[in-house]
Amino acid sequence: MVELEGIGKVYAAGTPAEVVALRDVTLRIDRGEFVAIMGASGSGKSTLMNLVGCLDTPTTGTYRCEGVDVATLDAEARARLRGAAIGFVFQSFNLLGRMTALENVAMPMAYARVPVAERRERALAALAEVGLADRATHRPGELSGGQQQRVAIARALINRPPLLLADEPTGALDSQTGEEIMALFKRLCDAGHTVVLITHDRDVAEYADRICVMRDGGLREDLEHARRGVRDPAAQSPHPQGAPA
Amino acid sequence: MSFADILRSAIASLRGNWMRSLLTALGVIIGIAAVIVMVSVAQGTSTEIDRAISRLGSNRLDISSGAERRGGVRGSAGADWSLDERDLAAIASALPEVQYATGALRGSTQVIHAENNWSSQWQGVTADWFPINAWTLSQGTGFEEGDYGAAAKVVILGETVRRELFGDADPVGATVRIGRVPFTVAGVLTPRGQGGFGQDQDDLVVVPLATARRRLSGSVAMPPGALQSITLGVGRAADLAYVEEQVGEILRARHRIRAGEDDDFSVRNIAEVVGTRTQTARLMSVLLGVVAGISLIVGGIGIMNIMLVTVSERIREIGLRMAVGAGPRAIEHQFLAEAMLLSLGGGLIGIVLGIIGALVVGNFGTLPVSLDWKVVGLATACAVATGLFFGYYPARKAARLDPIEALRQQN
Repeated sequence: MVELEGIGKVYAAGTPAEVVALRDVTLRIDRGEFVAIMGASGSGKSTLMNLVGCLDTPTTGTYRCEGVDVATLDAEARARLRGAAIGFVFQSFNLLGRMTALENVAMPMAYARVPVAERRERALAALAEVGLADRATHRPGELSGGQQQRVAIARALINRPPLLLADEPTGALDSQTGEEIMALFKRLCDAGHTVVLITHDRDVAEYADRICVMRDGGLREDLEHARRGVRDPAAQSPHPQGAPA
Repeated sequence: MSFADILRSAIASLRGNWMRSLLTALGVIIGIAAVIVMVSVAQGTSTEIDRAISRLGSNRLDISSGAERRGGVRGSAGADWSLDERDLAAIASALPEVQYATGALRGSTQVIHAENNWSSQWQGVTADWFPINAWTLSQGTGFEEGDYGAAAKVVILGETVRRELFGDADPVGATVRIGRVPFTVAGVLTPRGQGGFGQDQDDLVVVPLATARRRLSGSVAMPPGALQSITLGVGRAADLAYVEEQVGEILRARHRIRAGEDDDFSVRNIAEVVGTRTQTARLMSVLLGVVAGISLIVGGIGIMNIMLVTVSERIREIGLRMAVGAGPRAIEHQFLAEAMLLSLGGGLIGIVLGIIGALVVGNFGTLPVSLDWKVVGLATACAVATGLFFGYYPARKAARLDPIEALRQQN
């Protein structure tokens, strides 16, 4: 699913402002896993997320997303890959205020060239999946933060991507709503989605099966968590899709 | 992203800011309306000139008494009675190329019939005046050969005068008074309608030259046999320049004008006048085109400006769209579609307003107007080109955004 091998990312290489954001990061995430990437700000976790999300390309090393070496793709092809393989969930929801919840959820389907006839039904189904079937015609301004994040998750799910990439999804929510959102991710993972969660919050990270910690551009697996894990610690082996171990 | 999706998204975003969209399109609306009105006027003018050429016949020379210029000030032509009937006879006998020759006197007067009173222009003419000016009669038989010599009190009415004085009654054979003198109506001129700049060409009465001299211009002090103007009809266009030159020499010799002195007459070649007017009309249409083009460019810059604002307002949205699978091309198409819709929508409104404007000018203004559907096609093409040209840069800018930077944007 996600294979990072010896990834390095350097910004402004060769200038006095050179920043090494990632150094020799190797990470393998298999289908159906729930992985949290933790780290303080400036640790390189956002850079890592942008790479995993195919928004950026590494300076060194190779990244295979769904078996495709991302470095070989141009901007158009990366956009297509994002549309097909990755659903983004952001801290600030990033809903478009002039559209209804339904339209927000349906928006990515235009880029994936889903036939118009199917869109409404699929968007309604996605809203139902996150428990917001009755809020379809509301605009984001008329929804609570938790509801907005649910709409954003429905949008991330709409093209049925195997990978959900969530960047501090609870960062703008109160703790109770945050727990509900995390429970939703847990459920989605149990339903077969691969979830990669970026957070600085240990409590949030605890929902994951695996925790990886970023520090000064390097990545380290938190094995202790894996041993305590809710799931079989041998989760290094791939889960069969749609069937949690 | 399919064409329908691009269109839907562009319409949604323009409607979200409809007031701004309308104001932005206003530049193009005005530009396109200006293109249509101005091209229509320019075309109408040149059509009118073509018609004037065929009506006048271009093989004519007009000689008026009075100098062209005097000490830099243009005197009113005909004011000093330098031409007379002997000049006319001398020219006609010396130049066999001259097919028709007529002298004329002019003035304005009241024409009265029964209770009706109409202020009009009179012209005293000879028989050649009719073929040179291509006037024909719609009623009556016109003057008889003897009328010219005998200074008969006969008159031919222009259509406007006939309508004002007689209405539906038959004018031929009736009596009208011109000033105080009673005249018998010998005919009515075939109507010509408005001239190129709105003047009524049918508002005149025609009498024999001798009659005019004796009965109508009596109050004006003038030498015997004086003429205000002489008009020559030349048989072949090729002889026109030669005749023009010869007429000048004959008149200078007769008027004893030495080399270096100003002429006391002026010769106008109608073909030259028409040529000048054609050039003027062409220059006018170029100038109008430039004005219309500039207003279109201003409109286009307005679109570009607003599109740049839109792009920077929506950087985060662009980042989001890229994250959910929009490639640079899809983003570019979306913003280009918005610019195109603005300019095309503005263009369509402008076409409607332009057509209305052209019709208003044509019906109530003094300029001739001819509305051509090709102009509408041209205007549409202009609108599309404006949208494409001025929409491309903002769209390109949006498409080249880095999704990471765009998503990080705070707004």
